[in-house]
Amino acid sequence: MTTRILFSIAVMALTTYLIRMVPFVFFRRKIRNRFIQNLLYYIPYAVLSAMTIPAIFYATNDLPSAIAGTVIAVILAFFGCPLIVVALAASAAAYLAMLLLPLL
Amino acid sequence: MLTFRKGLMNGIGIALGYLSVSFSFGILAVHSGLTVWQAVLISLTNLTSAGQVAGVGLIAAGAAPLELFLAELIINIRYALMSLALSQKAGSAFRLPHRLLASFGITDEIFAVASLQREPLKPAFMYGIILISFLGWSLGTWLGAAAGTLLPEKLTNALGIALYGMFLAIILPPARKSKGILAVVIFAAACSVLLKVTLKWMSGGFVLIIASLAAAVFGALCFPVDPDQTEVQE
Repeated sequence: MTTRILFSIAVMALTTYLIRMVPFVFFRRKIRNRFIQNLLYYIPYAVLSAMTIPAIFYATNDLPSAIAGTVIAVILAFFGCPLIVVALAASAAAYLAMLLLPLL
Repeated sequence: MLTFRKGLMNGIGIALGYLSVSFSFGILAVHSGLTVWQAVLISLTNLTSAGQVAGVGLIAAGAAPLELFLAELIINIRYALMSLALSQKAGSAFRLPHRLLASFGITDEIFAVASLQREPLKPAFMYGIILISFLGWSLGTWLGAAAGTLLPEKLTNALGIALYGMFLAIILPPARKSKGILAVVIFAAACSVLLKVTLKWMSGGFVLIIASLAAAVFGALCFPVDPDQTEVQE
């Protein structure tokens, strides 16, 4: 169990390091292929979106509080609030929902 | 002058941000069944948010190494582009040992700060930003992993949503300004939900890989952007 976890951590670390290291060390010229350029441009947004949805609805182990947190996060993010403000406000909203909704 | 000290000063804001985000990563890791030190080890060796969150989920699900490798590759491929951009900004002092060491610390935020500098980048400056950010990230993970088990369950559950809130804060403002990004964000979310609902046997890592690749290909084909825009993303 522990060996498997340590091996997994090593795989993660090595993969992440190589992605950063190889271009910084070996590639000094620009990528010219337009399709690859566009793909690389969109990948971060696609990854973050697919990671967030639907996972955000399971993040608090309780759907109503997750929805409350999500709604607050979407509103604040929409208006361009700083990352940390959005992150903490989402948690605060979820926490309040957990405390208050059972009282209704 | 881009000195070590200036790097540290530039990194303070990043470090504070990392502290609170990695705190919630620490909680998540321990909740997924890892020990406090395994959680800290992940942060010490990876220094990345999305990749670590996905990695912890995959480890908890007993994913195969190949799946873990592919998931990290897809999630972190953006760093290759940032490395490429920074490589062209690196000054002549950036010899091979410095390149090998400093590339470890290329994150979205560090890239953003470094790429805004007007002079060629120096190793000392990069080490300043990376060191303080690295300390914030590791310390926050340790605090979250250690304190996460002491805090009331409701509170740790509520903190679990913080990272996803941050992800929304990263993608929504640019999605407001660009139709292409908005389309990609919606496409990826729809794909991810659809795959999870219809193909229950498929693991989270592959859902993520397929949904994000499909959405990025869709964006690249239907909403190609100006060459200038694709070069520096942040």
